[in-house]
Amino acid sequence: MTVRVMIPTPLRVYAGKRDSAEFRAGTVGEALAQLTGEFDDLRRHLFTDEGTLRSFVNVYVNGEDIRYLSKEETPTKDGDTISIIPSIAGGSCC
Amino acid sequence: MASKVQTVTRAEAATTLTNEEILRYSRHLIMPEVGMDGQLKLKNAKVLLIGTGGLGAPLGLYLAAAGVGKLGLVDFDVVDFTNLQRQVTFGTSDVGKPKSQAAQARLSNLNPDIQVQAFETKLTSENALELFKDFDIIVDGTDNFPTRYLVNDACILLGKPNVYGSIFRFEGQVTVFGTPGGPCYRCLYPEPPPPGLVPSCAEGGVLGVLPGIVGSIQAMETIKLILGSGDSLAERLLLFDALGMKFREFKLRKNPACPICGDKRTIHKLIDYYEFCGVRGEEAPAPDLHVPEITPREFKARLDRGDDLFVLDVREPHEYQICNLRGHLIPLGELPRRVHELDSSREIVTHCRSGKRSAEAVDFLRKAGFRKILNLKGGILAWSDEVDSSVPKY
Repeated sequence: MTVRVMIPTPLRVYAGKRDSAEFRAGTVGEALAQLTGEFDDLRRHLFTDEGTLRSFVNVYVNGEDIRYLSKEETPTKDGDTISIIPSIAGGSCC
Repeated sequence: MASKVQTVTRAEAATTLTNEEILRYSRHLIMPEVGMDGQLKLKNAKVLLIGTGGLGAPLGLYLAAAGVGKLGLVDFDVVDFTNLQRQVTFGTSDVGKPKSQAAQARLSNLNPDIQVQAFETKLTSENALELFKDFDIIVDGTDNFPTRYLVNDACILLGKPNVYGSIFRFEGQVTVFGTPGGPCYRCLYPEPPPPGLVPSCAEGGVLGVLPGIVGSIQAMETIKLILGSGDSLAERLLLFDALGMKFREFKLRKNPACPICGDKRTIHKLIDYYEFCGVRGEEAPAPDLHVPEITPREFKARLDRGDDLFVLDVREPHEYQICNLRGHLIPLGELPRRVHELDSSREIVTHCRSGKRSAEAVDFLRKAGFRKILNLKGGILAWSDEVDSSVPKY
């Protein structure tokens, strides 16, 4: 199952400036593990030291929040898009 | 799905438009989707803008132009020269003026028929509920996490919709929180990132037109709420990627366990949001690193004396192009891999733009065994202020 992981702007600096990456993965968890395996600097921005997904980072599969699916066990199929949406606060400054 | 907004009571509502208003808003009135009824809804609406900066600029301009009867502007800041790249409510002659007042003047000139009220104050847990209560819709154009959670909570406690927009570099997010049955900000992000984990505003930068686009979308959503037209962004998160020119949409769900808008509310009053976000005090984003420092004047004196100092610049290449002290450039992120380029027997003065990144570099190098290393206090900005004003500030 080839899935595409979209990397948001604030995290691209930790992923070699890539805006997306493709992996063969059967679940969201597998895709994210491969992502942080390839880009080690991303790990601390996505996961706590205990390995849980950070609460200010949301992950979607094709527009649906994985918290309301099966979280990291959410199955993925060919052509699915996984989006990482971190919390951003800019508005007045930046 | 249109979410309607309860506006003023029948006793206070304007029921007519003057001939001048009819002419001013003629392009609204000739659309059956707006018409006289819609324009009167706009005239009777009261919208509070939190922040009059990058997002607040298009918001204020378009809501004033549309004839929103009462606009409140909350901002405690003053206009800075670097704001003019994106905060298009202001002109060069406004530099140094309080933003809320400069914006009030601009919007009142654009549309003298509406009421524009400036609140030159910092939004806090002590004043938010009082400020919000007289308005129908709150629009969040702020720039920090504590205030975003404050705005959210105050809106939920008062039952008012919160038109949310945020930006970072080339990306923006827009949605409408706080509609009946809809999610709130805490449903989307139960907790903020700890300070230091996301790039700061000063390090981030932004294309000036990005808040122009995102703020305009917020203005559109506000007008739709007032008119009760179209499909609101409530329960949808719109993500805008300016470089790819792509809009993507994500479903937002109300979290049944949300502490403020869920089935069992545990938050009944506004809290200390800086504490919640892990920010110490109102200004400091993170505790200062205690590293040995040298002031720009001391540095200059030592250079003039002929001391053998190695200057390490930990900024990015594009910053080096703007201005530099002819230092050896190793961007902070590359320092661990390139530390072999440094000679620990030499005395090293490290600098960046403001002294923050170079403090982290000095801390890293001291832990790596470097003993003769100093941080240039205040960075190249302070060098420009105190030693050589020909060095541009950015």
